[in-house]
Parts: sequence; structure tokens; C-alpha cells
Amino acid sequence: MTQTTVDAPAKDRARIPARTLRTDRYWTSPLTTFIVFTAWVIYATVRSMMGSSFWVEKYHYLTPFYSPCVSKACPAGAADFGRFVPDHLPFFIPYALISLPFLLGFRLTCYYYRKSYYRAFWLTPSACAVPDKSPARKTPGAYSGETRLPLILQNAHRYFWVVAALISLVNTWDAINAFHGKDGGFGIGLGTIILWVNVIMLWGYTLSCHSCRHVMGGRLKSFSKHPVRYWLWTQISKLNARHGQFALITLGTLALADAYVALVAHGSFSDLRIFN
Amino acid sequence: MTDIERLQYDVVVIGAGGAGLRAAIEARLQGKKTAIISKSLFGKAHTVMAEGGAAAAMGNANPNDNWQVHYRDTMRGGKFLNNWRMAELHAKEAPERIWELEAWGALFDRTKDGKISQRNFGGHEYPRLAHVGDRTGLELIRTCQQKIVALQQEDHKEFGDYDARLRVFAETTVTRLLKDEQGRICGAFGYIRETGKFVVFEAPAVVLATGGIGKSFKVTSNSWEYTGDGHALALLAGASLINMEFVQFHPTGMVWPPSVKGILVTESVRGDGGVLKNSDDKRFMFEYIPEVFKDKYATTEEEADGWYEDPDNNRRPPELLPRDEVARAINSEVKAGRGSPHGGVFLDIASRLKPEQIIKRLPSMHHQFKELADVDITAEPMEVGPTCHYVMGGVEVDPDTAAALVPGLFAAGEVSGGMHGSNRLGGNSLSDLLVFGRRAGLGASEYASATTVSVPESEIEAAMAEALEPYEREAGENPYTVHQELQQTMNDLVGIIRREDELEQAIEALGKLRERVQNVAVAPSAGASPKEGQGPAYHPGWHLALDLRNMMIVSECVARAALERQESRGGHTRDDYPKMSADWRKVNLVCRVRDGVVELKRQDMEPMREDLLSLFELDELQKYLTEGELPAEEKN
Amino acid sequence: MGYKAKFRVWRGDAGEGELKDYTVEVNEGEVVLDVIHRLQATEAQDLAVRWNCKAGKCGSCSAEINGRPRLMCMTRMSTFAEDETVTVTPMRTFPVIRDLVTDVSYNYEKAREVPSFDGGDVKPGEFRMQQVDVERSQEFRKCIECFLCNNTCHVIRDHEENKEHFSGPRFLMRVAELEMHPADVADRRQIAQDEFGLGYCNITKCCTEVCPEHIKITDNALIPMKERVVGRRYDPLVWLGSKIGIVKRDKETPKA
Repeated sequence: MTQTTVDAPAKDRARIPARTLRTDRYWTSPLTTFIVFTAWVIYATVRSMMGSSFWVEKYHYLTPFYSPCVSKACPAGAADFGRFVPDHLPFFIPYALISLPFLLGFRLTCYYYRKSYYRAFWLTPSACAVPDKSPARKTPGAYSGETRLPLILQNAHRYFWVVAALISLVNTWDAINAFHGKDGGFGIGLGTIILWVNVIMLWGYTLSCHSCRHVMGGRLKSFSKHPVRYWLWTQISKLNARHGQFALITLGTLALADAYVALVAHGSFSDLRIFN
Repeated sequence: MTDIERLQYDVVVIGAGGAGLRAAIEARLQGKKTAIISKSLFGKAHTVMAEGGAAAAMGNANPNDNWQVHYRDTMRGGKFLNNWRMAELHAKEAPERIWELEAWGALFDRTKDGKISQRNFGGHEYPRLAHVGDRTGLELIRTCQQKIVALQQEDHKEFGDYDARLRVFAETTVTRLLKDEQGRICGAFGYIRETGKFVVFEAPAVVLATGGIGKSFKVTSNSWEYTGDGHALALLAGASLINMEFVQFHPTGMVWPPSVKGILVTESVRGDGGVLKNSDDKRFMFEYIPEVFKDKYATTEEEADGWYEDPDNNRRPPELLPRDEVARAINSEVKAGRGSPHGGVFLDIASRLKPEQIIKRLPSMHHQFKELADVDITAEPMEVGPTCHYVMGGVEVDPDTAAALVPGLFAAGEVSGGMHGSNRLGGNSLSDLLVFGRRAGLGASEYASATTVSVPESEIEAAMAEALEPYEREAGENPYTVHQELQQTMNDLVGIIRREDELEQAIEALGKLRERVQNVAVAPSAGASPKEGQGPAYHPGWHLALDLRNMMIVSECVARAALERQESRGGHTRDDYPKMSADWRKVNLVCRVRDGVVELKRQDMEPMREDLLSLFELDELQKYLTEGELPAEEKN
Repeated sequence: MGYKAKFRVWRGDAGEGELKDYTVEVNEGEVVLDVIHRLQATEAQDLAVRWNCKAGKCGSCSAEINGRPRLMCMTRMSTFAEDETVTVTPMRTFPVIRDLVTDVSYNYEKAREVPSFDGGDVKPGEFRMQQVDVERSQEFRKCIECFLCNNTCHVIRDHEENKEHFSGPRFLMRVAELEMHPADVADRRQIAQDEFGLGYCNITKCCTEVCPEHIKITDNALIPMKERVVGRRYDPLVWLGSKIGIVKRDKETPKA
């Protein structure tokens, strides 16, 4: 077709040599994410494979990294959900092998974490209006987003969410158990409080999930016909606005809870007792 | 030489604001091949700036409302100078036009029972404005835009071409209407901004929907597009303008910082409880209630505050007087030395509503002040002052078909005159766009069905030569300089308060400016060589040079009409004739251009139909009409 | 408080051009667009820039200021240091027409592909909707179509070839708006994925970051839309439910 008067004249983008003209330190945020996530993953991997210092018998403190503890190697007190996984598995199989893969999956498919690691690890893009640095950039047509395997599996987030909610129940059970005094009755120590803070934050993270928001009410066309679900949706929406914060806070509380239990279990220091 | 592209349409709509889009939708629904010519991108028109709402007597908020009440309010607001037939059609048809938008996907705010919510506004007896927060204009334009897309999708299904029967020409400016030997409209000539290429639209019917003239004034709420194009095109094609002396100054524009001076602060702020205070912290509006409105407005703060909750037992607060009254009051306060630091008065909503309520009801105002002036309106008052907002005057049209005096020419929206009389009520503009946009589309379609035209070559050549003049002139003045002087002149001498000597001065100054406009020159774009038979690509200096002609003609009309009308009424305030005169009410001032000269003549208005007259009480009519015009049976 | 600011503005057409330096007066309370206008009125009459309302309501004056997609009328000069050079370039994702003006027709083409509102059999004037039901879509209808979200989205900014299959945040949000419209009866979930490229979105939230209307595009439109698509085509339970007839399925609406 010949060009007519009213056709748009432009075909090419402005050729600006600079990759980005941003003058702010836009790379600090992805860099921080990269360091924090990497450090956390290393810590969590090491700890969940250690197979020791995860249980404080005296106060019934179980680290979330070993909950539920289902290996035959778990101490009886720590294994409220049964010990049905054989002992003497290779070292890299964690004792909480029925929960950890799902928790990992929940966080890997989480909309907040996806944003963070796409930015910090994939660099697609590292910051807004900064060119995408994925290998795909070099081959046209290779950026397919989340349309193909494996990233299409991100769509399974809602299933991971269901399991994560169940695991949060287990963590809550652990925290209730942690009201355990040295004489066997009721007791509170700093460890109890840390486990509770962790479990509350975990609930915050789990309930503020985008899939949860969708399931509770977001999927409805009409809110006015479902007042209860609308109420749930509004509450979850409020939490959802802080989903990213919960995601980061729980990284901190999980590591803190685990480290505290580990150090007390190892005998590095003794638990600070508040009552019994 | 004329290898200029010619495009054939049945109906060409110039302007892509609410009225233009509504007209185009109607023409397309009538099966006409329709073009929409937009000076900006599709969906950016000035209609998006309308905030408050669209007035329509749906009776959702107050069941006592009906078209008669709306009609009365409109006539009162316009001080009975309105074309009564237009006001009648408007009041009757507005609800249908609003409901239609909903069927096209618009999402208005709702009442408890699920209907369209309606809000209070200045001059409206009942809550009447259908609204979406404070961005109703955006909703209206987006809905019409999406309806056009929907129609294009239908055409795509049928013909495999989205543009088959309805096409949008974005960033295209019309510089001349074309006429055939019989004196009928036969098309329009314009240029494509992006390329500078010229284009001819051949069409028997042209609908003008170009909006207003605010860019002739320095302090204005209007965008750059508002250069009076439609007004000037109509005049140059031989049509007439009426009521051009009536220019509405919106009482509340931002006054600070300087770069945003004039940007609108919606009337909804007052509708939702905002009050005006001077530097003595006094609600001064109580002192400015004019005689004709004495019994309709509260005289104490208690009564005024009571009205928001209980409108049946309290009279309305005087902050909600028609816009002309409020604008004049603010002007007087500032002149008396009781203004705010930056030369306005205070508009206070912070002490009247909770922060959450303010953010909910006035989100874009909150946003606008925060971003542009660094003022948090939930915590401190705004500074506001009058800003040129709307021209009541415009193309003289037939109320039912929107046809102008030139065969084939139609006009709707702000560019048409008569509907709003001497002063437009807030909220009546959006409904005006829809009601008369549709009627213009219908009128144009009917006319186009019965007419075929062809464009004479000479018309195209003349239009092209005119458009290229400033570009081909070797040396001349910078169009920006001339524009700034024109704006200053209009603001200072033909502004909100007018005097005979100043108006005479203005006419003299405009005469000199006209010569300078004819001598502006535009340098070619850097790096681009001029091409034969086309203008420069996207060259703002050239665009302004061409728009200047229009602003010039329109400014002369405004100044001449303002000098002629020796009374004060609505948007026309004469310091030397402060009273409203019943004799002047009967008169429209009609502006035409003959041989390049602006002419003005008086024209008697048609008396109001009796059944409409009987909607008013006699003692109210006596305030406006002459003895001879009052209803016969009641005269003795 | 006026001062002389250093500006660098991209000048050129058809892709070719360069950053030109200017020194220009700046007064209190001004925004970047004011300065661009001053350049036009003084030394660069032909400097092409698109603008309209100058109040952040029309979305015409989109550009990139110091590398960040912004509206020129909503970027106050007071956010820069007086000795800072302010660089203004056209939006990078769209072809440039001249100077700061780009050809945004991509957006209008994508808009035409989204099936329009379908109100079913309801007659005008008979719609009844509750405020809580209209609010979600109302948020998206605040959009002023500045196209900064589409400009900043790396899916097309960095991968031109994706323009064919990806409608950008603006029009995926439009799909979400219609899907959440209480009176709309069409089902656009399949085409959201297949035709408009929702799956390309990797929710890095740049659209939300640049939105001058502060619409939560990612959290409120794109992610809920992704979840709806999961429900339509990736959820085995829903699939099973529809096979045995517990889950009712709407008719799918094809691309317009």
C-alpha cells in the first residue's frame, strides 16, 4: 500500500546512545535484594540440612525449618505429626521434607518474590526504564515472560498457598507448644515470644497473598450479593497492600526464630525466661 | 499542484470533545460515513477537564426534580437570555443521554438503591449532577471514545476495516471550511500536525464542535486547543455568532504557583461543603447575594450549614450562587484588600470535612494541589481566584437541528451559542454536549442524505496559500510574542469587569494586533527543508501562527459586543452600567464577518413560548422581563 | 527566585537526532513543561512537544525526564537541584515523530482489539449497580491514557517484536476493568492470555511505579486478571468442576 497523507510518518524510535538516562542510584534496590536473598538462601539451605540444633526439649522450641519434623530421626517431643520418613537418608533431605518444598514453592511463585527476583536475579528489568538484561534480550523473540515452561508453573501459586496455609497451622501448633515451662507446665520465654512473632508474621504473609485475595472475593463480579466475602476481600486487600513487607519481614523472623532456637539448642546461651 | 489528498465523507465532525464524539456517534448510527477531526490525540479533548458532573433531572437524589425545575434553573442562571427552546430540549433530553452513556459502559457513582448518584451544584435547586468523583468529564469522553471503538469493531466485523464508516483523524487541524458556488458547505481544509501535509475533506455536512475561546485570555482554565477555531471558521464561512460578550469567569481557579494560574478548582468543592473566606477569616459571600436571589439563599452561617444535611428546611449557602456572582464577589474582595497572599481568596474544605472524606470525594483536587502547588487541601485552605472558563456565546444555530445559517454547517457544544444565555450553570455543559451533540449528528445526517457536493479547486488553493503564508514569509514577528500581548490585552481590558473606555482601548489595541498577526513569520524547523505544497512537520510555531487568526477574530467579536451591551448580566459586567436591563434582555448581539471586517448588529429574541413562561411565578418574571412581555392574563 | 537551569532536550526526527543543550530561565513554582514552553517562545520555536491541559488530566505530555517516564506538567522544577542538568527525551518505546513527540498509534490499535463493554439485555436507564461493585473498575477508569505504563513496560520497551502479541499494561487493565464491571456479561479471560499477552507480564510493577494517576495497575488489575485466567485455564480443580458440571462456564468472547 502506498503511503497516504494521513499515515503516521514515524517508524523508528529515537536513537539515544545512553542505555538509560536515569541519574538516581536505581541499582541499590536490586543489589540489596540480591544480597539479602542470596544470604538467606545459603543460611536456610545449610540449616535445614544440618539435622541438629533444631529442638529445645526443655521448652519445646522447634525451629520452623524443621516443622513438621517427620523423620524417624526427630526427637519424639518434636514430632507431633508422626515420624514416617526413614532415617539415614542422604544429608540433603531435610527432616521437614513434607513442608519445605511447598514453602519454597509458595515463595518462588509469590507475586511479590517474582517481582523481586525477576528484577534482582534475572535483570528483566533491574529497574524501571533500564534495559532488560536477560539473555533473551540478545535473541529476538526469546522473551516469553510467563507463557512457557517452566515459568508457566507460576500459575500454580494458589495451590502452594493452600499448602502454605496448612503449614502455618502447623507452625501455630508449634508456637502453642512453646508455652512450655521447665517443670513441664506452662511457661514463657523469649523463645516463645520469637516463635509467636514469627508465626503471626507468617499468617500475615500467607493471608495477604494475591491468590488468597482472589479466592476470598476478588474473583466475584458482584460484591454486593456476597457481603461476607466482600468483607473478607476488603480486609485481605488491606493486608495485601503490605504483602511485600510481610514477605521481607518473614524472611527476618524465620531466620531469627531458627537462629535463636539453634543457639539455645546448641547451648550457646540459655533461653531468657519470663515465666517458668 | 493540488496533489493534496482528498477524502470523501458524508459528515465531518470538527472537534473530538464530548459534543464532537457524540455527534459522530449519532451520524454513524444513522449510517453516515463519518470523520472526526481532532486537534489533539483521540481522547485528550478539553472535556476531560470537566470535573463536577453532568446535570440531568433524573430525580434519583431528590424525586421532586424534573425537567421543568431544571429548565427554570437554567433560565435563571442565564438571566433569561437563553434560547428557551434549547434550554427546554436540554432539560428534557439530558436524562436519556446520561442513561445512554451507562449502556455504553460508563460507571457513575451510585445511590444506595443502585441508581446514578447526583450531587449539588451552584444554581441547581436539587442535587442533579451525575458524577464520578471529580473526574466526570474524563468518564464522559472515555465512554464516548470507547463507544466509537465499539462501532469501529462492528464495522471491522462487517467490512474488515475499522475505519470503514467512522474514522478519527488525530492531530489534524482544520483551517478553512470550504464552500461551493451555491454558498453551501462542501468540505473542510486542514493539515496533519505530524507531517505538515494538507488534506481536504469533501463532505456536504460539517459539524463544528471545537469548544471555546479561552486561549485569548491570559488567566484561563482552558487548554491550548481553545483558540476559537470553530467560532472563527463559522464566521469566515459566513455564519453568525451570538452572545459573544458573555464570557464565564469561573470563580475558583488556582492562583499560585504562577505557572498553573487559572487551572480549575472544581465547584464540587463548594457543593460538598467548601466555603469561601477572605483574609479576615470571614465568609464574605453572605454580603453578595443579589436581589433576584434573595429568597433562595441562606442569610446566616447556621442556615447555610444546615442545608447540606437538610435541604428541605434550609436555604442554600451563598457559596453556591451562580458562577458569575461568585466570581464578581471574589474580585471585589481582592480589590478591597481582603485577598489571600497570592491575590485570591481562601477556599476552605479542610475545616469542614474529614481528610478521608475529602480524598474520597475530591481525589483529583487533592492530587492536583499536592502535585502542582504542594498544598495539602485536607489540612489547609486553597487560594483561588476567577479564571476565564467558558464562552456562552457561539454559533447561532437552530435549536432542534443545530444547523447554522450556512447550509451544511452545524454546531454543538461550547462553540454553539444561545443555550446558556448570559451565564452557564455548572454541570449544564456536559449535558449540553450530549444533547446537542446528538442533535447535531442527527441534523447533519439528515441534511447529508439529501445533498451532494463537490469542492471547487479555487477554494483549496486559497486555503493552502493562506496556511502557508506565515511559513513562507521571510521576516516577521514571533507568533508567541503577539499571542502573549493578545492575551494580556483581553485579560486587562475585556476581562471580568468592563468599562467603556477600556473596551474602546481594547478595540484599538486589537486593531493594531490584527496587523501584527498578519505579519507573523515562522522559521523552518531546524534540519528540515521546506517542501512544496506542504507545511512543516509538527511545528508548534506554525500551528500557533495559524491559530492566531482565529483568536484575533473572536477577540474582536467579544470586545465589540461587550462595548455594545450597556448593562450587566451574567458573564458580562459593566462597571459603568451595573444594572440588568429588561430592554437589553430582549436583544441578542449578532457578530458576522464581511470582507474580513467584524460587524455587529442587534437582533430581537423570540418571545418565550407561553407554556414555558407559565412555569415561572409572575414576581420572578417581573425581575427580568419588560412590562410588555409578561403573560397577558396576569398583566392587569 | 528565578535561576538559569541547564537543560538537555532530544531534538530530531525519524529516529535521528541528538541531545541539545540549552540554558533557560526557571521561576518559582514552575514545572518542566513551563521550561519547555519558554524554550519554544524564545530560542526554539519549532521544538515539537505534545501537551494539552497542563494539569495532569489529559495525559498528553508524556516524556522521559532524567531517564524516568513522567508527565512534563507534573514534574516540578523544585525537585531538581539548581545546578542539575535536566535531560528531557521522548518516550523510548514508541517511534519518534519529532523532538519530544512520539507516534503512539500502537496504543490505539491495541485499544481496538479489546471487545467493548457488553451490557447484555439491560435497557438504558435500567442499570442498577451498587457503589461497592463499581469501585474496582472506577479505579481503572481514572486512567488518562498517557501511555507511560506501556512506555515503561520492558516487554515491549526492550523487545519490539512483542508489540504484536502484547497489549501493554494499559489495555490489560482495560480488560480487567471490563471483567470487573458489574454489568458486563462477556468473558475475556481466554483472549487476555492468548491475544493480549497477559502471560508476558512478569509483574515487575514498573507500570504501577510510573502511573501519574497512582492506579495500582499491577496489584489491582494485572494480578487479579492473572488469577482469573488461572481459574479459567490453569486450575485443574476448576477444570474438573466444569467437566462434571459444578462450575458454570460463560461463553468466551473472541477478540474484536
